[in-house]
Order: sequence, then C-alpha cells, then structure tokens
Amino acid sequence: MIAHLPALQVHLPVLQVIIPLMAAPICLILKRAHPVWLFALITSGLAFVISVLLLQQVMTSGVISYELGGWQAPWGIEYRIDKLNAFVLLIITSISTIVLFAAQTSIEKEIPKSKHTFFYILYLLSLTGMLGIVATGDAFNVFVFLEISSLSAYALIAMGKDRRALWAAYQYLIMGTIGATFILIGIGLMYQMTGTLNMEDLSQRLPEVAQTRTVFTAFAFVIVGVCLKLALFPLHLWLPNAYAYAPSIVTAFFAATATKVAIYLLIRFTFTIFGLSFSFTTIPLQTLFMALGLAGIFIASTSAIYQKNIKLLFAYSSIAQIGYMIVGFSISSVTGLTATLLHMFNHALMKSAIFLALGAVMYRLGNVQLSSFHGLGRQMPFTMAAIVIGGLSLIGVPLTVGFVSKWYLLLALLEQGWWPVAVLILLGSVLAVIYVWRLVEVAYFKEPLSDQVPVKEAPMFFIIPIWTLIIANIYFGIDTRLSVQVAQAAAMSLFGVTP
Amino acid sequence: MNLSLELMLQLAIVVPFLAVVAILVTGHNPNLREGVTIAACLILIYLVVNLYQGLALGATISVLWWELLPGLTISFNIEPLGILFALIASFLWLVTTCYAIGYMRSHQEKNQTRFYLCFALAISAVMAIAFAANLFTLFVFYEVLTLSTYPLVTHAGTEKAQKGGRVYLGILLSTSIVFFLLAIVSTWFVAGTLDFKLGGIFSADVDKTLAGILLVLFVFGIGKAAIMPFHRWLPAAMVAPTPVSALLHAVAVVKAGVFTILKVCIFIFGLDLLSVLPTTQFLLYLAGASVLLASLVAMRQDNLKARLAYSTVSQLGYITLGALLATPSGVIGSSMHIVIHAFGKITLFFCAGAILVTLHKSKISEMRGIGRQMPLTMLAFFIASLSIIGVPPAGGTWSKWFLMMGTIETEQWVLMVILMLSTLLNIAYLLPISFHAFFPDLIPNKNQPNKCSNKAATSINKQPAIGITEAPLPSLIAIVITTLGCLILFIYPQPLFELATAVLTNRE
Amino acid sequence: MLMGLFNHWVVIALMMIGLYIVIAHGNLIKKIVGLTLFQTSVFIFYISMAKVNGGTAPILADDIIQYSNPLPHVLILTAIVVGIATTALALSLVVRIKETYGSIEEENIQDQDNQTFEQSNSQKDSKQEKQA
Repeated sequence: MIAHLPALQVHLPVLQVIIPLMAAPICLILKRAHPVWLFALITSGLAFVISVLLLQQVMTSGVISYELGGWQAPWGIEYRIDKLNAFVLLIITSISTIVLFAAQTSIEKEIPKSKHTFFYILYLLSLTGMLGIVATGDAFNVFVFLEISSLSAYALIAMGKDRRALWAAYQYLIMGTIGATFILIGIGLMYQMTGTLNMEDLSQRLPEVAQTRTVFTAFAFVIVGVCLKLALFPLHLWLPNAYAYAPSIVTAFFAATATKVAIYLLIRFTFTIFGLSFSFTTIPLQTLFMALGLAGIFIASTSAIYQKNIKLLFAYSSIAQIGYMIVGFSISSVTGLTATLLHMFNHALMKSAIFLALGAVMYRLGNVQLSSFHGLGRQMPFTMAAIVIGGLSLIGVPLTVGFVSKWYLLLALLEQGWWPVAVLILLGSVLAVIYVWRLVEVAYFKEPLSDQVPVKEAPMFFIIPIWTLIIANIYFGIDTRLSVQVAQAAAMSLFGVTP
Repeated sequence: MNLSLELMLQLAIVVPFLAVVAILVTGHNPNLREGVTIAACLILIYLVVNLYQGLALGATISVLWWELLPGLTISFNIEPLGILFALIASFLWLVTTCYAIGYMRSHQEKNQTRFYLCFALAISAVMAIAFAANLFTLFVFYEVLTLSTYPLVTHAGTEKAQKGGRVYLGILLSTSIVFFLLAIVSTWFVAGTLDFKLGGIFSADVDKTLAGILLVLFVFGIGKAAIMPFHRWLPAAMVAPTPVSALLHAVAVVKAGVFTILKVCIFIFGLDLLSVLPTTQFLLYLAGASVLLASLVAMRQDNLKARLAYSTVSQLGYITLGALLATPSGVIGSSMHIVIHAFGKITLFFCAGAILVTLHKSKISEMRGIGRQMPLTMLAFFIASLSIIGVPPAGGTWSKWFLMMGTIETEQWVLMVILMLSTLLNIAYLLPISFHAFFPDLIPNKNQPNKCSNKAATSINKQPAIGITEAPLPSLIAIVITTLGCLILFIYPQPLFELATAVLTNRE
Repeated sequence: MLMGLFNHWVVIALMMIGLYIVIAHGNLIKKIVGLTLFQTSVFIFYISMAKVNGGTAPILADDIIQYSNPLPHVLILTAIVVGIATTALALSLVVRIKETYGSIEEENIQDQDNQTFEQSNSQKDSKQEKQA
C-alpha cells in the first residue's frame, strides 16, 4: 500500500471528489446509522487529508492540472487546482469533518431514526458537489456538480423537524434551480462564442470576442445565477428560512461552506474566465457590487436585530457577512481580494461554531427561540461561552479571526481612498454588537422561565467540535501566517502579480 | 532574585493573568483566594518598582511577543509615562484589594470569585496597555480591558446593572470600533508604522487636514477618556460594586483612556505637529466644555457615586486638555494629574463605599451629620476633596499648577478661565458634603429643595449620637493609605515630577 | 435578422412563459410546471445551437462531409437528467407539503405559518408577563 502512495499522489485532484462520491452509495450497504456515521466521518477526514496535501503541493510547486480519463485538456474534462481552490477545498473539508463529528448526536433528536442513513448519504453527496464545483476546470462540469450539491441540499433542508422546513426547501429549490439554469444559459452562450468549455481555454478565447453582445449576455446570466446561489442582497430571500429550519448539522455545514463555494464561483468566473479587465472595466460591476454589499450589510444586520428565532438571527447575520466579502471583492485590488478570501475562511470558522452551539441548544431544549435562552449562561456554560466568543469574532474584536479580515478590508478600502465606505463597514460591526449582545443579555441576566425544565451542559460530542472551532477562531486570530499567506498568494495569482 | 528586566516586563503582564488561574482554582476557599490576590499584587508591585529603578538607571527594555500580521506586532517596552501608569495601577490594586475584602464580605456580595477573577484580568490588560510599544498592542488590550470589566459592571445581575452594562459596553465598544480602529488603520496606512516614537511617526509633509481628522477620530475613539459627548458610560458604570468604581472607574479604565490620549499625542503625532493641526483648537474647546459641563452636572447629582462619576468626567477633561495643549508643562501637568487624581478620587470612592456599607446611605441629602459616626472616613473625604479641587495641603495643587502654566504659555485665555471656573465648581460640589457631615446645623442645605430630606435631616439631629461606627478594618486601612498618599504627593512631589518631566526627554 | 435567429425567439418566448408561471402562480404544482418549461427552453437553446444547416449525424463515413456538433447534445443529456431529478424532488416536496399543511396553495401555507408564528409568540409573551 505504502509503495503505491506516490502513484496515488498524482490522482489527488480526482480522489478529492471521487472518494465522497463513491462513499455515498456504500452507506446504503452499511445500512445501520452508527457505522454509516463513522464511515462518513472517515470519508470526510480522508477528504480533509487530501485537501491538505493538495494545498501543500500547490504552494510549493504551483498549479496542478489533472486530465480526467487521460483525455487532453480542451476536449476532455480537466481538474485544475490552483492556490485559490486548494484554499477553498481546505475550508470545505475541514468544516465538514468537524461538523460531522457532532452529527450522530444531533440528528438523534431532530430526524426520525429511519432516515439517518439517508441523511449521511445526502450529506456526502452534497460534500461531493461542493468539492467538485471547486476542483473542476470545466465550465459545464461546474453546473453538474452545482446541481448535485443543490439537490442534496434541498432534501437535507426538508429533513428539518419544523414543517416550515418543507416550505423553505421548496422555495430554495425554485430559486436555486432558476439560478443554476441561468448559469447554464451563460455557459451555453460562452460555448456558442468560443467553442470550448475548458476554463483555461475560455479565458484565452473570450477576449477576442469580448465586445460582442452575446458575451455581455453570457456574463450577465452567469453573474445573476451565481449571486442567487450566494444569497447576495436582494437575491437572499431563500436563505434565512432555509438555514433556520434545516437540521442543525445541515445549517452548520451550509452556513460555513455553501455560500463560500458560490463566492468562489463568482471569483472564478469574473477573474479567471472573463478576466479582470472585462469584468471590472467594461461593466460597472464595482459600483453595483459595492452598493449591494453595503445594502446587504445594513439591511440584513438590522433584520437580525429583530429576530426572535436565534437561528434566523444568525442566518441574517450570514447575509450581512456575505456583504463584507462582496465589498472586498468589489474593490478589485489584491488587498481587497485577500480580505474576501480571508473572510471566507474566518467566517466559516465562526459561523460553523455558532450554529453547532445552537445545535447543542436545540439538542437540550428542542428549540432556539430567544425566550428559551433565559438563564442558559449558567446551565450550559461551555455552549454559551462558545456563542459569545463566536459573536465577538463576528464583531471583529482583536485576537479573533474576525479582526484579521476586517483589518485587511479596511486597509483595502483606504488604499483606494474610500473613506466613507470604511466608516460604513465599521458601523456595520456596531450592528453586530447589538444583535450578539441581545442574546448575551438574555442568556446571562434573565432567570430561567418557571415552566422551563433545567437542562444540563451539552454532551461531549457537541462540546469537542464546538470548542475545536472556537480555539481555531482564536488561534487563527493570533497566528495568521497560514491563512494570510495562502489568501494573499491566491489573490496575487488571480491578479497575475508575482510575489 | 536575579531576573532580567525583560523577563520582569513580561512577568508584570503575566503575573496578574496567572492570578486569574490561581483565583479560579482556589475559588472555593475565600481566604486562600484573597491571599492569592494579595500575593499577586505584592509581586506585581515588586516587579514594577524594579522596572522603575531599571529605567532610572537608563536601561532600555523592549520585548516582542508575536507578529500578528506582517509589521503588526504585540510588543512591549518601558518609558516613563508607562511606568508612571503601571506604578499607580499596581499600587492601587493592592490597596483596592484590601478595601474590597472588607467591602465585599460585609456587603455579602455574590459571585466573589468572578469578581476577583475579572479584576485580575483587567489589571493584566492595564499592565499591557501601560507597557505597549505600539498602538496596535495598545488597542488589543484596550478591547480586552473593556470586555473584562463588563462582568464587573454588571456584577449585581439586576435589571439596572444590565442597563448600565449595555450603555457601558455600547459606548466603549462602538467608539473603539468605529473611530479608534479607523484611526489606527488610517495611521498605519499613512505612516506605515504604529510604533510609539517620541516626536511622532508622521512625516513632516503629512497632509494637515488628514492628520487633523485623525486626531479627532482618536480623541472620540478613545471613549475611555470620557470626553463629552461620549461620557455617558461612566455614570452608567456606577451600578458596579464600589471597589470596581474606585479602581476601574477612577483609576484603571479611565486612566487607560487618558493615558492612551497622552500616548497618541506625544508618540504618534508629536507635540510639534499637534500644535499646528487645524482641529486641535476645536478639541481643546471640546475638552474645556467637558470640564465645565461635567462639573455643572455633578452639582445636580444627589447620588454620591454619580456626583463623583461626573467629577471624574470633568477631571479627565483636564488631562486631555493638558495633552492637547502640546507644551511641556501641559504634558507634565497631565501626567502628574493622572497620579494625583487617582489618589484623590479613589479615596472619595472608598469613602462613598464605606458609608454605603456601614450606614447604608448612598444619597448626599441623607449624609448630614454622619461625620459624628464616621469621623475618620469623612476627614479622609475632606482631604481628598481638597486634592481634587487643587488647594494645599493636597497633591492636586501641583498638577493644576502646571496645567494653568500650560494655558498661559500657549495664551489660551479662555481655557484658563474655564479651569479657574471649574475649580470654583469643584469647591461647590465637593466641600459641602464633608461640611454637612461634620456640621449639620451650620449651613442650610441649598442643593436639596426636597422637603422630605429636611425632615430626615432634623430627625437625624434629634437622634442622640449613635457613637462611632467606622467601616470594616481592611477598608479603613485602605482609606487611610490613599489619604496619606494625597498628602505625601503635596509634600514630596519630586519623584513624580521627575518622572513626568522624563516623559518628553527620555532618549530612545 | 428576425428569421435568422428564429430559434432564439422561440427559446426566449418559452423561457419568459416559464418564468412568468413560476412568479405569478400560487399553486405549487403549477410553479413546477413553469420551472420545467423554463429549463426545457434552455435545453432547446443548446440543441438548436448545435445544428448545422445541411449537417447530419457525426458518423465516420466517406460521404458525410458536414455534420452537426454532437457535444451540446451530450451536455443536454446530462442536463435533462438533472432536470428530471429536480422535478421529482420538487414533486415529492409538494406531496409532503400537502400532507402536513393540507394545501398546495402558497397563500394558504403562508397564512398557516404566520398564524402559528403569532400564536407561539403571544403564548411566549404571556408566559413572560406571568413571570414578571
């Protein structure tokens, strides 16, 4: 086996996607929930190891190109791993593994026993889809994987205990399918103009025909489709309900990864395929995205303040955080893009921690209404402390990851001399203080309601992954070498700047 | 012990932090827990005094802990202003702990372990602020200080405490995020560094308007300095137990605020640049307004702690004003006022707490005649009042002297008049308290038109003297120590003056 | 010009009809019909785009010189499968919605959700008041 490892190393890009894909049907054979959980956990762990190896390889020896089935690039499907997608792969697989650790405990209370096996199958398929979107270098392949991950996502969300989960899943399905079809139209138009689907090839051939109306139309369709997927304000309407009523594990996983994948797609399409000059000079994307990002930050944060369902509260906060990433993206400078990439990583850490902690509350109390949090600071000290630290990270307090990305975002804005935007960004953080502290006050100052049964601290299967993520929140807020280095290198390579 | 000064510097920050852990472990045993705290205080004082001596011998010490982002480091060094702040904070931590033991026990407060724990954490942050070698380090621990004092402010856990805590955290956190952080990022962007350097870090040809805006952002952003209109948190924080109000809201937190302003003025802008900025004059008047208005508001407060809180706002205005004058005497006056006001105000708060614990009175209108029951406490209150007002034989004389000098040197006549007026107001709102306490019949109560209080006052008079009931012994000792401090600073201000002078001349 | 891009006009017309149904209709099944129409229009777009005038199937034979591009057909085969899966999933969701809500009209469902939401809120509020 060991002897074969070097040979396997060449196939890492495809193994990254294939392993979870193959693992999904095997779950059906294993049948019983517990072994399936272990198996899924191991699969996800394996994917994590592969993504670490890939990142290492990319950082040392540059872009990896893998030809699927040995067919040469423009004709066959190519998997192309550069710094950007190696980084995103790492985010997805690490969060997926940590979240899965708590899965078995969490779904015991939220999903009927007969459906446990299917839960893991869908989870693995969804993971496959996301990894595929990120790893592939073929535009049509993106659409296929997008649908794999989305279809399993709709089904996962519909598994929620609340009946509103069904309605949320249906809404998400309609919006998601429209978004995916838009992307499909865009890809078709691009193919019509260039005769290729390979991203690398597209990026070389598109400039020749850049001034035609067809390419503009293609661009518009792709961008709107991707923005539907990433829940950019005002296309965010599907997100709050989907996150709030999905099973806790699903929320923790998707909040940390799904929107990140969509943002990756946005970056990939605008920077690599259409090219910087087309995306940002020919089309006023900058102003548009800046305005929408800021509007998203303010409107979503304000709605978050008024939510009584805490999962809904943090779902709105996610939309606001996407606004930050979009603002960084719209600056279209190396520092701005670094800020966006960093925030993808950092936001994944904080939101997965918070939503897992909410999962623990759900496990003990059966709901996450604000009124259920009365006195929880004493009853579930570790869980609540995790939410508080995650919240501080959201606000962007120094020594947490939130601060690092905010610092880069501010720096990027000042580089361009956009002072007013910098002030607005900071005011947005103040809104975060308000919605986080509303929860803190209830949890620590209110006495438990009289009819509420006293609860114990969450089980170890929750505490361990939650605190792993929280410690990562603090660790990567202090030791920023890994995240900043990779994000910066990825941003530089997208701008074609050699470090 | 043969510890290198570098190690001592780090230990000064780490020891209170270790105390946090020790307090957590020994929490079940109150005697042991408070023993640990006292031991940590003593070690800390030993370390800081050694550092002070090291600095006097001309040693330069700097320590780099961690590089967070390229060029942004968590690092520490010592310079006179920092030593001055560290000395006062560590010494008064010991005194306050002594006081707190008496206060908390006789007041039977809950969650005392959390109290001592957060206290030690706050002191750790204060030490890090005092020794910060760059603005970034300072900012990080500034935020740590805000968050670690939040549980102390809301210690009571009541509705009122929650509201006070909301104002406290709301103002401090949002000013620091919106203004302070923006100012820091901009400074980093313009100057390329955040290291504290005597004479400032901006190049000579920096855009004056931009630097002026930055200065405004800094002064507003450092909410802990409680410059109006961002002073509301300080009265709101008075819901905390008295030792917290005494140490944190008379010494550690607010002084961390004005200390940061001094640091920014001297080491980020530099006095030369500061004096030519277009916004300096505006900020000077703002600080002046803060001094005057807060004094006026203080006069109207009947709650003793609220009156003291507004008095603090007013006195902090003095320090900010001195820093913004951008002259050596202004800076010396401000530096000295940090120490002298700390001693005066902490004594006043100790007395307020002692009155609360022994007589259960918090309203000034109820305090007529209490000098007969608590003569020592009220005497201390009187002396500390003199120090705040700035008349001999108390330390306040010196700092106010230098601040006046500063206004005269820069020909800021309006500000000079404001300072004088404010002194009169200080007399008006502080001295009556101790006079009424000792001579309840001599002066009619003007501040309180309320009829009930007159009845209450007469009822007190009718009662035969109950005899002397002073505060618990540990608290009383603390009061005596800080009162003596006020007097000693008047008689023997030389070391303090030298340290304050060295702030501007320290070679680096 | 108009006739030259005949296929585009058909596609756009179908697409708009589909999108309109999705937006305007409250019936969940009709929405799915609209969505399918919308998807299908895109399939037609791909397939018609690959057609070459006078071209035949791409078979390696001597008398065939001009042939249509087979790649879009292949792609659309995949897309059709995806479309079927989407429709199946959507329909099964509608079945479960009907089971729990007893209706497949959007307005009805939202009314029911809002009612329960308000009820639970007022219950919670009254609880809190009792406590106070």
